[in-house]
Amino acid sequence: MTDSKYFTTTKKGEIFELKAELNSDKKEKKKEAVKKVIASMTVGKDVSALFPDVVNCMQTDNLELKKLVYLYLMNYAKSQPDMAIMAVNTFVKDCEDPNPLIRALAVRTMGCIRVDKITEYLCEPLRKCLKDEDPYVRKTAAVCVAKLHDINAQLVEDQGFLDTLKDLISDSNPMVVANAVAALSEIAESHPNSNLLDLNPQSINKLLTALNECTEWGQIFILDCLANYTPRDDRESQSICERVTPRLSHANSAVVLSAVKVLMKFMEMLPKDLDYYSTLLKKLAPPLVTLLSAEPELQYVALRNINLIVQKRPEILKHEMKVFFVKYNDPIYVKLEKLDIMIRLASQANIAQVLAELKEYATEVDVDFVRKAVRAIGRCAIKVEQSAERCVSTLLDLIQTKVNYVVQEAIVVIKDIFRKYPNKYESVIATLCENLDSLDEPEARAAMIWIVGEYAERIDNADELLESFLEGFHDESTQVQLQLLTAIVKLFLKKPTETQELVQQVLSLATQDSDNPDLRDRGYIYWRLLSTDPVAAKEVVLAEKPLISEETDLIEPTLLEELICHIGTLASVYHKPPSAFVEGSRGVQHKRLPARTGSSGESVESPEVGSVAGGPGAEAPPAVIPSQGDLLGDLLNLDLAGPATSGPPPPPAAMQLGTMDLLGGGLDSLMGDESEPPHIPLRMEAQSPSPQPQSPQSPEYYHAQLGGDIGGSPAMGVGFGAPPAVMPASLNAPVGGGLGDLFDLGGSVGMPTGAYIPPKTVWLPAMKAKGLEISGTFARRAGVIQMELTITNKAMSVMSDFAIQFNRNSFGLAPAGPLQILTPLSPNQTIEASLPLSTVGPVMKMEPLNNLQVAVKNNIDVFYFSCQYPISMLFVEDGKMDRQVFLGTWKDIPNEHESQFQIKDCHLNSDAASNKLQGSNIFTIAKRTVEGQDMLYQSIKLTNNIWVLAELRVQAGNPTYTVSLKCRAPEVSQCVFQSLEAVLKN
Amino acid sequence: MIGGLFIYNHKGEVLISRVYRDDIGRNAVDAFRVNVIHARQQVRSPVNNIARTSFFHVKRSNIWLAAVTKQNVNAAMVFEFLYKMCDVMAAYFGKISEENIKNNFVLIYELLDEILDFGYPQNSETGALKTFITQQGIKSQTKEEQSQITSQVTGQIGWRREGIKYRRNELFLDVLESVNLLMSPQGQVLSAHVSGRVVMKSYLSGMPECKFGMNDKIVIDKQGKGGATDEAAKSELGGSGKQSIAIDDCTFHQCVRLSKFDSERSISFIPPDGDYELMRYRTTKDIILPFRVIPLVREVGRTKLEVKVVIKSNFKPSLLAQKIEVRIPTPLNTSGVQVICMKGKAKYKASENAIVWKIKRMAGMKESQISAEIELLPTNDKKKWARPPISMNFEVPFAPSGLKVRYLKVFEPKLNYSDHDVIKWVRYIGRSGIYETRC
Repeated sequence: MTDSKYFTTTKKGEIFELKAELNSDKKEKKKEAVKKVIASMTVGKDVSALFPDVVNCMQTDNLELKKLVYLYLMNYAKSQPDMAIMAVNTFVKDCEDPNPLIRALAVRTMGCIRVDKITEYLCEPLRKCLKDEDPYVRKTAAVCVAKLHDINAQLVEDQGFLDTLKDLISDSNPMVVANAVAALSEIAESHPNSNLLDLNPQSINKLLTALNECTEWGQIFILDCLANYTPRDDRESQSICERVTPRLSHANSAVVLSAVKVLMKFMEMLPKDLDYYSTLLKKLAPPLVTLLSAEPELQYVALRNINLIVQKRPEILKHEMKVFFVKYNDPIYVKLEKLDIMIRLASQANIAQVLAELKEYATEVDVDFVRKAVRAIGRCAIKVEQSAERCVSTLLDLIQTKVNYVVQEAIVVIKDIFRKYPNKYESVIATLCENLDSLDEPEARAAMIWIVGEYAERIDNADELLESFLEGFHDESTQVQLQLLTAIVKLFLKKPTETQELVQQVLSLATQDSDNPDLRDRGYIYWRLLSTDPVAAKEVVLAEKPLISEETDLIEPTLLEELICHIGTLASVYHKPPSAFVEGSRGVQHKRLPARTGSSGESVESPEVGSVAGGPGAEAPPAVIPSQGDLLGDLLNLDLAGPATSGPPPPPAAMQLGTMDLLGGGLDSLMGDESEPPHIPLRMEAQSPSPQPQSPQSPEYYHAQLGGDIGGSPAMGVGFGAPPAVMPASLNAPVGGGLGDLFDLGGSVGMPTGAYIPPKTVWLPAMKAKGLEISGTFARRAGVIQMELTITNKAMSVMSDFAIQFNRNSFGLAPAGPLQILTPLSPNQTIEASLPLSTVGPVMKMEPLNNLQVAVKNNIDVFYFSCQYPISMLFVEDGKMDRQVFLGTWKDIPNEHESQFQIKDCHLNSDAASNKLQGSNIFTIAKRTVEGQDMLYQSIKLTNNIWVLAELRVQAGNPTYTVSLKCRAPEVSQCVFQSLEAVLKN
Repeated sequence: MIGGLFIYNHKGEVLISRVYRDDIGRNAVDAFRVNVIHARQQVRSPVNNIARTSFFHVKRSNIWLAAVTKQNVNAAMVFEFLYKMCDVMAAYFGKISEENIKNNFVLIYELLDEILDFGYPQNSETGALKTFITQQGIKSQTKEEQSQITSQVTGQIGWRREGIKYRRNELFLDVLESVNLLMSPQGQVLSAHVSGRVVMKSYLSGMPECKFGMNDKIVIDKQGKGGATDEAAKSELGGSGKQSIAIDDCTFHQCVRLSKFDSERSISFIPPDGDYELMRYRTTKDIILPFRVIPLVREVGRTKLEVKVVIKSNFKPSLLAQKIEVRIPTPLNTSGVQVICMKGKAKYKASENAIVWKIKRMAGMKESQISAEIELLPTNDKKKWARPPISMNFEVPFAPSGLKVRYLKVFEPKLNYSDHDVIKWVRYIGRSGIYETRC
């Protein structure tokens, strides 16, 4: 055979030639031609023009030719729906063929032709095939129901196919049962609440019977389906487990993993004191180990799953450490996973062996692997206390190799070891310091600086060392800068006499020359602390740090439970819930492990398990190094529980508002009279622009305030000073952002904030725009209205040639320039664009008034969406009305043009409110206090010169404000009010 | 489930593309090529998520097979299926190469249509497939033949067809073991295990019921309690050193009744016709390590290495090991090597960075050694040479795990041949797996 020749036809006029050949009378020639067509199709050429000619070849008794034509049909039917109808007759006829293979082929292919019109013709043949006498046809028809459901779910329900499918679960042929189960499971996934599968003890029994008889694939479908069942009690659970256990000896790894999933899940329901429970635990280990002798890709899947199983039930594999030793020829992905599991299994009993292995790995070639091995040594030290000394000496040996990345990695982990065992291994510092010059990675530099700062009193030349880093301060990454700042402050507090100059230098570098708000804010905090009360500063900055916990990067328990329910699947490979990578309704459903139904209600882990070091118990969440969000929470708690209480009590009013107000209130009383209760909880901003003012003069203003005449309030000092002292030690978590937010909050108190910018919202979801996702917001910066866009390419091809246009709108908004996206956007890339807007475009009244219709074009298509802009973007800077004019205008505007609104749950006092509003160009003209009620009179001017006058009534202690708006064009009032509310509440 | 299946050549050109689900577009084909085949660095995972589409891939020589999905599929199943796909293709047209795939693309499409329906794997036993996917067309089938095909494809015994007849009923049984070892330079066993396979060739008439027995510790102990059969078992084992072995775990061909194994630990099955792998097993206890490697590496200055390696054979003197090969890695900056060996031939292979020492045959309880002087070019490379382990290959005519076949009984009630009429051949081969000694 030399079919490969079909791949090489590239001449012109090919389609025409093929057409002639397809219509040839000779059967052989026809077949040849169809083969050529299929080959062209495979390599991606468009041969859809031949549709009618190919379909004409369908009427044949040559099965091979028929199959080729069907293949073509499946590919192109969708693009030529009308032509596809031509094929229907043949299908219907084939479904009646005496040969079961042909009947099955017809029904199988028909389901793959995704043309709506065809589906109605499909129903009758499908109904017949579902009841066909031949099991081969029935098993094919069962899958076809799932295909049809994917095209037209309603039709399947209306035609009653689901009931027929359910009946097939009781079919005599195991393969029919398996396919019916697969089809039903898939359909059920898109109807999460329907009781489609209707699993009950009887149907489970049928499935378990079929399990013994069907093919390996069928066994997988059935086991995966069983895993969704929740047994009624522990007895049923045990009997299912007993019948599933034999599958652990199957040669197919997927069968084994699916069986493991069922067992892991149903085990939850068994009482721990049961003999069977411990037998089952013992039975699980050998098959898991056997999976490691499979092909490398499967090993990888198995290892990712074992990683989960080890976290959930460490007792299963605790004696199997050796099988996870890395082999020299393992692919890198297997090596890395094995290493991960080795660390999880490390215990006092096997630590010597593990360490010897890790040391061996640290000399390998692959850089990632070596790094991970070095890091693993550090983790062993932290996990198994008895081994710490050996680990440290191993690390020192590795540092002696002078291999750059090994040294850097070693220093990072040694920092963690210091955190776990303070004052124990400081003798090694000298060796570390020798390698200062070779460190070029931020993490390693930061770690080294932390060590120098933390142990400054024992390092004679600490000041010189830190000074050497200071020279290139601005070239360092933020991580290093922050660390350097903290380290030098620590040094100063320890050796104040000789390092005064140094500390001043770093503080000025951080506060005056840096654009980074995190750094600047931390600098100011230290500066103030030091200038106000050095003793308090010492207490804060040099406070004793909490020890770090021994287990790192454990999966969070609820996620772990969900992933256990997904053993064997992609979710278990990615270690992410299906909703994170599956689109649409599938997989949205969260699976949970069943709860114990026994009367005792004891914990899920057996008592003897509790002794396993660091083993995550199911009821007590394990001590995990917290992720960013938790970390911040912890820090705040720490503040309250720790030093804060030793200071003078904060003002009672602030007390009620909880943790955050301790900070906010404290600052308020220090920095001004306004009080603005910060939001609780803290926002973790990822993308939305921070409310921190970016204008160049603000730091000085801030500085003046800070350095000024403020009486020291330890409460404030403690509140802010503690986090930086703890932060550096808190391992590798990227805490900068969190900390930044903390300070942002401080920043927004006591000074006029910038204009309110609503957070970005998704305007154009990727689903609707062929993978283009646009989210955005509007901002007014320095008098210019800007549309700020985040554009993400979620498609698989590159996007380019972006352009934007607006429809006519109420205020004549129009792009002031072209959309500046110069480089093409590659898949998964995100870019930020800012589009200046003018207000001189064509005007048309929109409903609602602030609606804006936008068209975005790229190389793929044109997309339309509409969004609403906050009208506060249109408030101009010169909107402050003269007092007299204001009074006159107010009287002038007839009362029917006055509208009244209420703003609820606003806790600002009148001054803070006025300040905040001013940031958005809502100017307070006058303030009056009547019977404890503050009345603010405000004016606003829109870009089209419409004036809006406002009266804001604020009563102390009452969170509800009343706003009266007067305007000659009353239709804007509603919009203005919305903006007002948004500004006040954010 | 699987949304699509693509086969590429080493350049990333598509040879086969079959899409099963609507959510997989043509651009997925390109996405895999761009992000995996043409990726700048080596791809570090067999599963990749590109633009919310997951790609599973395996490589066979320089051919890439990729399965694509947008759903949360059973990942283990996808890989098992890809391997199976390779097996099926190999069974049809031999080696998986670009040439063969292009030559058989019509066949491959036909197979893909049959063994994967809407992304769900269907019966993929080559024995069954070959009955009706022949590339000759189904012409002369009678009605009986057709229903026989379908009942076999969907049936409980999908791996065997009825009506097979042989004049001579014969059975070949091979116990193939690969013994794996990782030893420290000091001779301490870091890890050792045997992974074994029982591979059979059966030429039996009808639908025979087979029963296989070996010296599995659990079975022997159980029988020991029974008393009577114990003697028989012992005599059958022929007084070999150890009588039973502890099997850590075993897996079986789908023909074996797993529930019966689970309850009685007996291995009973109706065998496929021809070649198949009956079981795989793994043992870690009391392994006979056929060879011991004793390395001695000495660095003489910066430009010279002295290596001495002794190998000792550790089995009955009457047995002969074959195809012995010792591979001693050399540093990358090796400039020259002088080798002296007492037995066999040794050569320095610069392209492989190793000294390869080959010995054709070696009897048990013997010892041999090689010494080499390696000249090095001076380098200013700071990083030390990683010293890969010394590896070894060999073949021995016994099972290093100690496994012995006790019986293999055949019953065919319908045809008139009995267990005694079947000619049975048993063979033991122990090979080296990854047999390494660190130096």
